[in-house]
This record gives sequence, structure tokens and C-alpha cells, in this order.
Amino acid sequence: MANLVNLDNIHHSYHKKTVLNEISLAIPEGRLFGLLGPSGSGKTTLVKIIIGLLTPDSGTVRIDGELMPSFQLMQKIGYMAQSDALYNELTARENIQFFASLYQIPKKRQKERISEAAELVSLSDELDKTLETFSGGMKRRLSLAIALLHQPKLLILDEPTVGIDPVLRASIWDAFRKMQQAGTTIIMTTHVMDEAEKCDNLALLRDGSFIAEGSPADLKAKSGTATLEAAFLHFGGTENAHTGNH
Amino acid sequence: MRIQAIIKRIIRQFLRDKRSIALMMAAPLLVMTLLWLVLDMEDHVPTIAVTDAPEPMEAALEAQEATILKTDAGRGKEALENQDADAHLLFDSGQPELRMEGSNPTATSAVQNVMSRAVKQLNPNAPAFELSFLHGSSDLNLFDNTGSVLIGFFVFFFVFIIGGVSFLRERTQGTLARMMATPLRRWEIVAGYLLGFGLFIIIQSIIIAAFSIYVLDIYMAGSFLSLLVITLLLAVTALSLGTLLSAYAKNEFQMIQFIPVVIVPQVFFSGVFPIESVEWINAIGKIMPLTYGADALKAIMIRGDNLDAVTMEIAVLIGFSAAFIILNVMALKRHRTL
Repeated sequence: MANLVNLDNIHHSYHKKTVLNEISLAIPEGRLFGLLGPSGSGKTTLVKIIIGLLTPDSGTVRIDGELMPSFQLMQKIGYMAQSDALYNELTARENIQFFASLYQIPKKRQKERISEAAELVSLSDELDKTLETFSGGMKRRLSLAIALLHQPKLLILDEPTVGIDPVLRASIWDAFRKMQQAGTTIIMTTHVMDEAEKCDNLALLRDGSFIAEGSPADLKAKSGTATLEAAFLHFGGTENAHTGNH
Repeated sequence: MRIQAIIKRIIRQFLRDKRSIALMMAAPLLVMTLLWLVLDMEDHVPTIAVTDAPEPMEAALEAQEATILKTDAGRGKEALENQDADAHLLFDSGQPELRMEGSNPTATSAVQNVMSRAVKQLNPNAPAFELSFLHGSSDLNLFDNTGSVLIGFFVFFFVFIIGGVSFLRERTQGTLARMMATPLRRWEIVAGYLLGFGLFIIIQSIIIAAFSIYVLDIYMAGSFLSLLVITLLLAVTALSLGTLLSAYAKNEFQMIQFIPVVIVPQVFFSGVFPIESVEWINAIGKIMPLTYGADALKAIMIRGDNLDAVTMEIAVLIGFSAAFIILNVMALKRHRTL
């Protein structure tokens, strides 16, 4: 399968501090790819570079063979930010409609897509409430619905399941699988190990560099450890520093 | 269609925010009314203490609009000190002397008016002028004169604040970045904002202007439509400046900090205070949008000019808006280079 996303030697620094260093990555089409790393490791910066909101100091991002940023590509990407970027004064439906119009989904199609997406994140009954009454988890789900509304080829999710209860999380993962089967490539960041476990492929990010890459099973086998957390510690070269915690 | 989506969203948001609507629509009316109460006063009727005045002088003074207190020299002095009288007229061995209280310029000039009219009555041979006005009338007071500028100022001020804070919030709540992750063009955001707020700006301009003219009875020689054109242009300038400057504020508080720096100086140089005699101060006013708006408003409201008499002001206001809009589209590059 062809690679959908190609990152080539990306460097980025912020206030003279290196945030990302020598990041190269190829993500095949149809994969559910996880970026695993602690907070402050550069996940969000990398995500912003991939979707074109941030121009790296050096290096290139290619999606579907084309250089980012590009308006044609943005039309094919769905994005869910780490903090919910929503309008609290508006209802859930009005929020979705607004972004649907930015992606220029035709009116009739919008209606179908809104009910499908709302169904997927179990918000069908809450669509006409303003977000002032929404909990954090509900806003998270609404952000997700907006991200996949225009049926993007590539879905980029920054910490998508934070604050969502386990039952719903399971159903959202089902949705990811279904989209994946329909051909969608998904990139998600996470710092939760059991979620990383469900990804097809993982890149472990620490202090702005990749320390390892592969399927969860690969990573565990390579490091000779039983859990991803132990594998992370192994590749990070910090076993000694952390043994005290066990 | 994308611009349309932004317009629709802004209107929906604004309609749900009752307080901001009140701030934009009702607050300027309240302040205009207060100013009207303060500035639209009847002429001051001076109180003059008189000591030992000759009979004809006393009669002449009493014929004017003034309150006359007949006192002896000591009581007259006391009345001045207690501010019971605005002036003390005494005749020391036939030689008149007028002593002013002097702390209130309005009272001082009212006394002078009364005195000169009384003197003229005593000496009818002095040449009398026939008074007529090219613009305005003898009833044109401070409220009529500064009110025209203040209409422009309030439109500018409230649009600047509301537009600037809305755009700032777009950034702090992350929705600006989220919009930038869609194929939305940078200029489409700016255009959407101008048009979305444009509707409320038009309503606000109509309300403020109609209220000032028809309720507060401010002096109005020109056409209502010309007035609306100018306030609308001022509002567009304020909106584009507010949204541009919001890029340089981290939060609402920092947006408020622009008021003393950007808004207040414009009031001083826009013609509320007479400054035309000092050339370098005039030059400062030339770089401020409100100056041109105020000049045009004065021309229309007081001199009764048509729009073709203020084409220069209109051109400058359009120029300011265009510059701010272009700068804003460029400032958005910080969020996405494309």
C-alpha cells in the first residue's frame, strides 16, 4: 500500500528551544497510526505541522504526494484539536452546520451527515442544546463529530478520547475501525498506554525525537518487555531512573 | 458560501449575547442622553451685586436678563466671596468698577454680555450690528457643536470594542486555528467578520443618529442619509482596526488596554476641543480616522453639506479601512502561512 503521509526530516524550535528534531515518518494509507508520548514531548506541535497550521523551521510534509499546506489537501483532512474549538453560545447543531459549510458540504448532504455523525458520537438527542449545558466529554464528542463530518481521507485527532467514559470510548473505537475499513487513514496522539495498544502502528515521541516505531507487538518484542509502558521506558533509555516507581 | 457561513454564525452568536447587544445599541444612547443633560443648558442668568449705581444704569441692568442685588460695598464683597453673586458692580465717586467672581468662565462671559447690552442701552448712539448666521443659529450650543463629533466617536468606540473582543475570542478559544485547518481563505475570515458585524453596525448607526436628531433634537442641517454613510464608514474603520489590533492582545484585558492608547487620543484631536490654532497638534489629528469622520459629520450636521462636499474625508476613511483589512489578512499568516 502507498504511503499517504510522508514527513521528511522535520526540525522545529520555539524560542530557541528545539521542540522537534529529525522527525521523519511514513504512514501507509488506511492505517490507524498512534503518536505516543508524554505531555510536552512535541505531539501537538507535530500534529499542527502535519495539518499545515505551523510551518516547520525545516523539513517537508507531503500528503497524498502533495506538499502541505494546500487548500485541496485541507479539504481531505479532518482535524480534532486538543482543546475543543467550539462556539459555546451556539447549539451543537449550529456548530456542526458552521464547519460543514466551511467544508462546503451541500445542504441536503449536510443533513444526512449531521445525523450520521451525531449518531456515531451518541449526541443525537442533544443536538439542539447550546454548548453552555454540555459537559467536557460531550464537547469532546462534538469535536470528533465535526472532524469526521466531511468524510475526510485522513483524520488527525489530538487526544481524542480524553474525558470520555469507557463505554462510549469503546463505541468510538468501533467507529474508528469502521472508518478505517472504509479506507480512512487515522493519526491520533495519545498518552494513554491501553489506547496506544489498539493502534496498528506507533511512533514513540520523547523530547521532540522518535525513540522507536512499529506495531505494539513489535515494540514489546524488540524491547523484550511485557507492556508498552515498559517498552517506552526501555527505548527511552530511562529504565534506571524509573525503577523506583515499580 | 464560506463567507456566508461566517456571517450567519456571527449573527446567531451576537443575537444570543443580549448584553453585548445592549452595550452596542443602548449604551451609546444612555451616554448621549447624559451629555445632552450636561451640555444642552439654557443660557446662564448671571447674578450681579450693584452698589451705588446711578438710576439709569440700574434701570438698564434690570431690563437685561440678570438678577440684580442692591447692596452696600461690604455686603457686595461678601456676596462675591460666598459665590452668591457672579460679579460686583460698584461706583466709587461716579467711576464704575466691575469685579468678577471669576471661577466660572460661563458666568463671566454671561456677565460681560449683560454689561455690554446694558451699556449699549444707555448709549443708543453706539453703532449696532445686525446679527446673522451663515451656519447654525444663535441657539447653537455646546451639545450641538460637539454632539456631531460624539455620534461618530460612540459608533467608533463601541464597534472597536465589540469587534475586537469577538475576534480575539476566536483566537483564544481555538476556533480561529480550527477554521484555519479548513480550506477557508484568510481574506474570507476578515470579509465574513466585516459583513457579519456590518448588519449590527447599520442598525446601531441608525439608532444613535435617529435618537440624537429626533429625540435629543441635536442641530441637524444636512440629510440623514449622508450622516448614515459617514457613521457607517467610521464603523467599518473601527471594526477593521479592532480586529487587526486584537491580533496583538493576549486576552480581553489587553484589548481594553488599547482604549487609552488608540481611542482616547482620537477624541482630543477630532474636534471636540478647539485645537485648530496649533499646527503641530493638527498634524497629529491628520493620522487619526476619527478626525476625518468628525469633520465630515460636522460639515453635514452643522453646515448642511452634501456628501460631495466631503469626498476627501470619505476617501480617507475608505483608505484607512482598506489598509487595516489588508494588514489583518497578513497578520493572520501567523496562524497559517497559506
